[in-house]
Amino acid sequence: MINSSLKQLGAMLQAKKISSVELTQSFLTRISQYNPSINAYISLDEAKTLAQAKVADARIAAGDAAPLTGIPIAQKDIFCAKDWRTTCGSKMLANFIAPYDAHIISQFDAVGAVNLGKTNMDEFAMGSSNETSYFGGVKNPWSFDRVPGGSSGGSAAAVAARLCAAATGTDTGGSIRQPASLCGLTGLKPTYGVVSRFGMIAFASSLDQAGPMAKSAEDCALMMNVMAGFDARDSTSLNREKEDYTKDLNKPLAGLKVGLPKEFFAEGLDASVAKVIETAIAEYQKLGAEIVEISLPNTGLSIPVYYVLAPAEASSNLSRYDGVRYGHRAAEYTDLMDMYNKSRAEGFGAEVKRRILIGTYVLSAGYYDAYYLKAQQIRRLIAQDFVEAFKKCDVIMGPAAPSTAFKAGEKVDDPVAMYLQDIYTISTNLAGLPGMSVPAGFAQSDDGKALPVGLQIIGNYFDEARMLNVAHQYQQDTDWHVQTPNLDQLPGLNQPEGNA
Amino acid sequence: MALSIEDIKKVAHLARIEVSDSDAVATLTKLTGILGLIEQMQAVDTTGIVPMSHSQELSQRLRDDVVTKTNLRDEFQKNAPALGNGSKEQAVAGGLYLVPKVIE
Repeated sequence: MINSSLKQLGAMLQAKKISSVELTQSFLTRISQYNPSINAYISLDEAKTLAQAKVADARIAAGDAAPLTGIPIAQKDIFCAKDWRTTCGSKMLANFIAPYDAHIISQFDAVGAVNLGKTNMDEFAMGSSNETSYFGGVKNPWSFDRVPGGSSGGSAAAVAARLCAAATGTDTGGSIRQPASLCGLTGLKPTYGVVSRFGMIAFASSLDQAGPMAKSAEDCALMMNVMAGFDARDSTSLNREKEDYTKDLNKPLAGLKVGLPKEFFAEGLDASVAKVIETAIAEYQKLGAEIVEISLPNTGLSIPVYYVLAPAEASSNLSRYDGVRYGHRAAEYTDLMDMYNKSRAEGFGAEVKRRILIGTYVLSAGYYDAYYLKAQQIRRLIAQDFVEAFKKCDVIMGPAAPSTAFKAGEKVDDPVAMYLQDIYTISTNLAGLPGMSVPAGFAQSDDGKALPVGLQIIGNYFDEARMLNVAHQYQQDTDWHVQTPNLDQLPGLNQPEGNA
Repeated sequence: MALSIEDIKKVAHLARIEVSDSDAVATLTKLTGILGLIEQMQAVDTTGIVPMSHSQELSQRLRDDVVTKTNLRDEFQKNAPALGNGSKEQAVAGGLYLVPKVIE
């Protein structure tokens, strides 16, 4: 049951073969068994979760079920959920109880999905390993000495370890796709503006976008049907007609033009990852796809541009945490300025502070043109690269991350090395394009572990349904996405009592 | 351009983040590395390129001038922090938030 698709779970619930309370309880039991080791969840609230499951069961009994009614979903702890502690992985918000629901939380609530808990993440979504979380790192279910990726590391680990039926994530520079790649699951970052940012704690507002992290493309499509849609409360939400993201899943791929950007296969890509990606591309050729060589010449500039724009926006967004109305306030201070300085110094972790300082610096008097404006100009060049590329192909493919999961602690003291994890994902955020990571196989690590590799699929604006189709057809033909880690064989697992 | 300890302290002041002298030294090393990465941008000729702030080039949506938000003040004030300086009381009074006196 833990491996069942959302569609199968929905059918079982609606045929009353299982109740939502039973399904939810089975995930809660699994969480109590494995979460103490994996640390995928920051907050759990069994009473609230089971109360939602009961409501869902009543709805099913009344014959009023939607596809996700009664299904337990893990929510990244960046989304405000009314009366739930919502921390964004930070000491700053360690005691913050959200007074309202984020748009996507209301959307899940409206279809009767069950909120299973709030998942761990890098602090304020700033990180690629989940190691900046105030609530501790998350273990990669495929190898406990390795990171799950980030910033949506808790959601990724929860899906991979089957501690939820599906999860939500957010992606500012790769935070859905890189952890999906490192944990062997399917994750989609939609076109900027497709999913409302209302109630999603802001990092870099022109780049932040929420999306699903799940076991398959079909599951992601069902999640998108709930998450996507216009919301007037987000000024950048796009007013488009409601779309059924499952509508193209079964289309054949014959004639599909797949663009391979040469810059995604150049120096910096781990050879074992390259091999898996090449095999996946060959599989697509068998499915009838035609390969086209393309170039995204400004790919290398995406990281410098991102590390101007994202910190600049973050320094402005995070100025709201001043210890006055909510969040951490220092215990001792002399005057108002001292209260601000100490509350922020204590409430934020090292990486968040670094990014606020970088952002403040690039926006400070005398530097604006040299950094911020320049970055916005190059951002246009990066977006234009994609416009040119999509004249020659329907989708772009390449690796989602340059390596498989790395060891905890390996990059934590070297921010620049950590930032390079997002070399293949950041440019789509800058351009506002949709991107996915799809399990494409395993690469052997130096110490002999088989670690998941994600194939990235980048689509043109609003082409999510086609990307899901492209991923789904591959998943009909391969079984990488149904592979699961054997948790009980992993060292470092707290064995449940009586099972030692 | 090389960063100095003074730059770190100035930026930390602008960002309202207290930085100790020893933290400033460590921060200087890390920020210098990040700025080195950012410097790669300077090699690109961007003459005449219109800056891109947003991928969809939207204009600000307008709405009717009517009240759309409900007053959640009491709800919001439940999250007020403790006053500090020895007091564990919430930093609120009469629907307002309490901060140190700023006018003599």
